[in-house]
Amino acid sequence: MTGVTNVLISGVGGQGTILASDILSEAALEAGFDVKKSEIHGMAQRGGTVVSQVRFGPKVYSPIIPEGDVHYFLAFELVESLRFVQNVRADGAILVNEQIIPSSTILAGLDEYPADPLEGVSSLVRELTVIPAAKAATELGNPRVANVILLGALAKRTGLPLDAFRNAIRRLVKPRFVDLNLKAFEKGLSY
Amino acid sequence: MDKRIMSGNEALARGAFEGGVRVASAYPGTPSTEILEYIAESYKSHIYCEWAPNEKVAAEVVSGSSMAGARSICAQKHVGLNVAADPLFSIAYIGAKGSLVFIVADDPGCHSSQNEQDCRHFGRAAKIPVIEPSDSQECKDFMIEALDLSEKLDTPVLLRTTTRVAHSTGIVTLGERVEHPVKGYERNIRRNVVIPAHARLMHIEVEKRLKTLAEMGATSPLNRIEEGPDKSVGFITSGISYQYIKELLPNACILKLGLTWPLPEKLVRDFAARVGRVIVVEENEPFLENEIKALGIACEGRKYFPAVNEFNANIVAKGLKEAGVFKADFPTPRAISVKAKIPGRPPTLCPGCPHRGVFYTLRKLDVNVTGDIGCYTLGMMPPLSALHTCQNMGASISHAYGLEKAVGPEISKKTVAVIGDSTFLHSGITGLMNAVYNKSNITVMILDNRITAMTGHQQNPGTGHTLMGETATEVDLVALCKSIGVQNIATVDPLDAKAMLAALQSALATEGVSVLITKAPCALIIREKRDVYEVDPDVCVACGTCLKVGCVAISKTGEPHPKTRRLRSKIDPVLCVGCGFCAQVCPVSAIRKAPKEVK
Repeated sequence: MTGVTNVLISGVGGQGTILASDILSEAALEAGFDVKKSEIHGMAQRGGTVVSQVRFGPKVYSPIIPEGDVHYFLAFELVESLRFVQNVRADGAILVNEQIIPSSTILAGLDEYPADPLEGVSSLVRELTVIPAAKAATELGNPRVANVILLGALAKRTGLPLDAFRNAIRRLVKPRFVDLNLKAFEKGLSY
Repeated sequence: MDKRIMSGNEALARGAFEGGVRVASAYPGTPSTEILEYIAESYKSHIYCEWAPNEKVAAEVVSGSSMAGARSICAQKHVGLNVAADPLFSIAYIGAKGSLVFIVADDPGCHSSQNEQDCRHFGRAAKIPVIEPSDSQECKDFMIEALDLSEKLDTPVLLRTTTRVAHSTGIVTLGERVEHPVKGYERNIRRNVVIPAHARLMHIEVEKRLKTLAEMGATSPLNRIEEGPDKSVGFITSGISYQYIKELLPNACILKLGLTWPLPEKLVRDFAARVGRVIVVEENEPFLENEIKALGIACEGRKYFPAVNEFNANIVAKGLKEAGVFKADFPTPRAISVKAKIPGRPPTLCPGCPHRGVFYTLRKLDVNVTGDIGCYTLGMMPPLSALHTCQNMGASISHAYGLEKAVGPEISKKTVAVIGDSTFLHSGITGLMNAVYNKSNITVMILDNRITAMTGHQQNPGTGHTLMGETATEVDLVALCKSIGVQNIATVDPLDAKAMLAALQSALATEGVSVLITKAPCALIIREKRDVYEVDPDVCVACGTCLKVGCVAISKTGEPHPKTRRLRSKIDPVLCVGCGFCAQVCPVSAIRKAPKEVK
């Protein structure tokens, strides 16, 4: 569809990918766009890969992004940035959290974590940016806000008004964590 | 107008609220679970809602409340409707004094299910209308339409979603609740007792109703024709497939069906007459296609689309290109690869999961394990790999029993059935009763983690709490098993490695049916903080025993052992929840509670 922006968010269960995609959806709605989001629950929650897709534009039909049409891929873990790389457009961007979370198959000795996961990836897409979100979140006082730091880095690239994100954070985050998440969002804007 | 972003499930709950529903019952199952959770969260002051022990009970509950004239719904995943099929087929005869909607969520692609069944077939088989929304707004609107249709035609209605409708969000415009007072119960033997003499007469009415429904389909707001400039081809579609057609060909001629059974014959004929070719686009089963062909109307469909897995716009684009009706450029996955080998990331038992103690012990004893549906199905994953069958809710017990009847009693000395607390209450009790009655020697473990965990922590009759947030009587599993006639019943903490092993060995050695209840709460519902564990690098010999418990908090990332150069184990203090199971299996006692200041 013309004018639709496709954002793929991938991470590991418990990293807050779903909150990030909810905030993005609300921001797109506030900006006056049609928006759809699709995610898979169930088996994926138990330490598996969690994928969330958000599409916004003048009119959105399919809730899932056509393969090969991802404009922005926000990966919450280093090797997760590789998993759907064939779906990212050549003129698309990959933003990846500089964090390693070994999977159960690695711990069981069935797989190995690649020594240089991002080798050669930057030549496949317009932009590859590694964001030390886990580290920055710990510096802000809570490793759990890495998701909103990553969202900040995405937000400034989408062209959506940043205040729409800030308002969505105020609506969706528990009151006592709003200030921390707003700080995390501002931090994300610096990447 | 108030606009909100809602998932399909949230919108169905909203539709139930606006449509005046009074009673809702369900057993949780992905992707349908959140419907009742949203009702409990937002609308329980208007809608009585509950978790039933299984889908059959839920269906019977709402048929009772419908008999009393209350608007009622039940919700289930596709395989749940198999369980509820018995009441459904008879409710179809009795009708719906108070509106009655069966919500069923199919799972094309098996995202979290054991099959890809298409429940529209149930609508045809039970002779009741099938309604299919294709986005969140339609979930809300069609829910209300389904309730109205149910009342108008005195029939239960099947409202069918799929994972991508249930779990996708979209913008929904909210409305007000319209109250539909409970009409009240009146005795009516002729109507409510389905003995053969009554049923034969009811069946005549059911057939008449189907004819009326097929005629109504021509003018129903659930169905619509979208005109387009190119009349050489027209698409007939429903549910999520409609969105993929619109993604590719926003101006195409489309007959969009919301009421897919009974097929609105006149509308289909009118549409087919207006366009050159008719192409039917639907996931998995050629349900509409076969029915349209049965009317003698030429159409195509299945030959361009796969029967397996869910659709997306790319798959539909490929099919339409093959059919020669879509020529535009459309993205495809790029033919690129990365240098690094991407490790798998399958789901796994959580750190602290009490099932870990169960499967570690089963693995150690190298027994046959007949399994069931729940988090503990993950006991099949390496390194535990200690679950060898999984089929349907409750089958574990009967599987173990069936093995014994085929091979002989000796196999039961090395076979264990494992079943969760919620699954046991859902449909394990009858299997256990059969095993006792028919003189079996099987060993059954009831993994009682005090919650229905896999679907996201729902209460059940064993937990002492209800969906409405009240305390409730807990099922006493020991007394229940005893009353069935089980002689050998024991309860053990599965995270106490020695006790777990001894209890299981004892159960296997005992004649007759043995039940071993492993009682420890799901790690995700434990609220108090426990001390985390650490590996003493001076003691660890890098033997790797602790890695065999399959906990993602433990990895082989410590310093190498000076002699063997093998990497020692290390425990991630963020992921560890302090269950202490790994400390019990370490042969050199290298794992200990971490000093508090380390945390």
